[in-house]
Amino acid sequence: MARYIFVRALDSIPTIFLVLTLVFIAMRILPGDPAIAVLGENARPETIALFRERFGLNDPIWLQYLHFLRDVVTLDFGTSLMKGVPVGDLILRNIPYTIELTIAAMIIGISGGIPLGVWAAINRNKAPDNGFRVFSLIGYAVPDFYLGAMLLIIFALNLGWFPITGAGVEFTDRLHHIVLPAVTLAMLKIAFLGRLSRTSLLEVMGRDYVRTARAKGAREPRVIYRHGLRNALLPLSTGLGLSVLTTLSGSVAVELVFNRPGIGRLLIDAISERDYPVIQAGVIVFAAAVVIVNLLMEIVYVVVDPRIKVK
Amino acid sequence: MSAVEKIELPKEPSAVGNLVKAILLKPAGLISAVVVLIFAFIAIFAPVLAPYDPLAQSFLSVNALPSAAHWLGTDQFGRDVLSRLIYGSRNSLIIGFLSPVFAALIGTTLGVLAGYFGGIIDRVVTRLIDMLMAFPELLLAILIAAALGGGFWNVVVVLTVAFTPGFARVARASTLSVKEEPYVEAAVAAGVRTPLIIIRHVVPNIAAPVVVLLTLWTASSIRLEATLSFLGIGTQPPAASWGNIIREGLSNIFATSWPILSAGLVITIVVMAISIIGDSMRDILDPEIN
Repeated sequence: MARYIFVRALDSIPTIFLVLTLVFIAMRILPGDPAIAVLGENARPETIALFRERFGLNDPIWLQYLHFLRDVVTLDFGTSLMKGVPVGDLILRNIPYTIELTIAAMIIGISGGIPLGVWAAINRNKAPDNGFRVFSLIGYAVPDFYLGAMLLIIFALNLGWFPITGAGVEFTDRLHHIVLPAVTLAMLKIAFLGRLSRTSLLEVMGRDYVRTARAKGAREPRVIYRHGLRNALLPLSTGLGLSVLTTLSGSVAVELVFNRPGIGRLLIDAISERDYPVIQAGVIVFAAAVVIVNLLMEIVYVVVDPRIKVK
Repeated sequence: MSAVEKIELPKEPSAVGNLVKAILLKPAGLISAVVVLIFAFIAIFAPVLAPYDPLAQSFLSVNALPSAAHWLGTDQFGRDVLSRLIYGSRNSLIIGFLSPVFAALIGTTLGVLAGYFGGIIDRVVTRLIDMLMAFPELLLAILIAAALGGGFWNVVVVLTVAFTPGFARVARASTLSVKEEPYVEAAVAAGVRTPLIIIRHVVPNIAAPVVVLLTLWTASSIRLEATLSFLGIGTQPPAASWGNIIREGLSNIFATSWPILSAGLVITIVVMAISIIGDSMRDILDPEIN
């Protein structure tokens, strides 16, 4: 087990390395001189020279690359060009909001999606199943930022049930602020996890052990949850990992809709302000999240299905 | 009477037969195709159909509600929302269609080469696919766009990169199974040159899953373009796209919600229609999957 995790962790190092290299290259091949991009066309030559010196833009490219790697490894992301504060502080300040939004959306998505999928599977080709199919079709098609904007217009702006912007301060206030964005993100999850649990349950329900359980006289709920759903967990656990990642990427737009702080919001604002150190750090944080979630998923696999062995 | 009687062969289900059956069974696919054609028509004839110049501002009619003059009202600059939607369909649909097509060309080429030749090409391509596939398409698109910035061709590049690994994976897997088929073996034995085998025998036989994927991802692509434009890293204003109409609508949400309402509805309808077409195509081209 420990060996498996270790091997998998080692395996993700090239991915991290590739991502970092791509980020470095992308930030360097950007059209135009970053110094001019930041300081403006009319900046004095001395200012530009000073800027280039300060950010090491005069160094040879390989040295810049080494410095870049060193900074990432030591988690030194530099200083925000616009806000003048260390980028690391900005990240730390914003990350809890994105994490709490992702967790809230996952909770709603799981507790809505799995029962719905089970319900649809039990009533295969009947009204609940067809209803769910229409729901998931729409759930997949509606862009989350549109859904968010509609919820905002209806429930915050017109009905006044929820706050319009921000993330709140203490617990109940934060809970109040998180409802609409979390429901927005959860909608796609409900469609996705519902569809997944429906198909994987249907597949399992035809197996011999389910028939045996029924023959033994086990009650239907017990057959479904104990014998059916438990064995459908493996595909579901894959889906959950994927779902965390899509929630994370969806949070970027949703944070913008609800004017919430968060990593996505930080990245998008930095892009529009051309705040390069923040863009760079934001990209790295998201990439790191992907690698970590994938690694956790691999571990969950082994826990759920001990047959998987290290190659 | 001839000595040899004509033997009645069991008819193989033809593609056309499947098509007719699929349409009769599930008219949703046909209806969706009509919907998409209507939108394509609107995009092509935008200059004729749009009642106003999509960029013309009028400070006399700012944030107007829907009326006979402006069917969907106007935005904060007094621009006609309907005209912006109509012109926006051009950016949204062209980028939406172009990117998956480019991705299909590049991805399929990579996948076929990796699957057919194996060895070092295969290892490099598989490794790249695995790395890129770890990222959800939207996140990959956002991350690349963060570095590249917005604009028409940048968005096309971003979405192409985001979709390429998926095509490569499907093409590689299909090629691996087609390679073992007797007709490929026969072609090799007959001394047919490798490029010809790939073009004549491999590509046509892996086309079905690629085409299905292409359709399904056109839907994703349109949604992704809208998302990027909404985030300000897609189609750049003042040019209209369905996503940035919602972006501008959001900053004006206290005055009017018509731009958000209408643009979002249009995105949803088109994305839904194309996914339904994709599902029907899978039923027709790949009947075994069901």
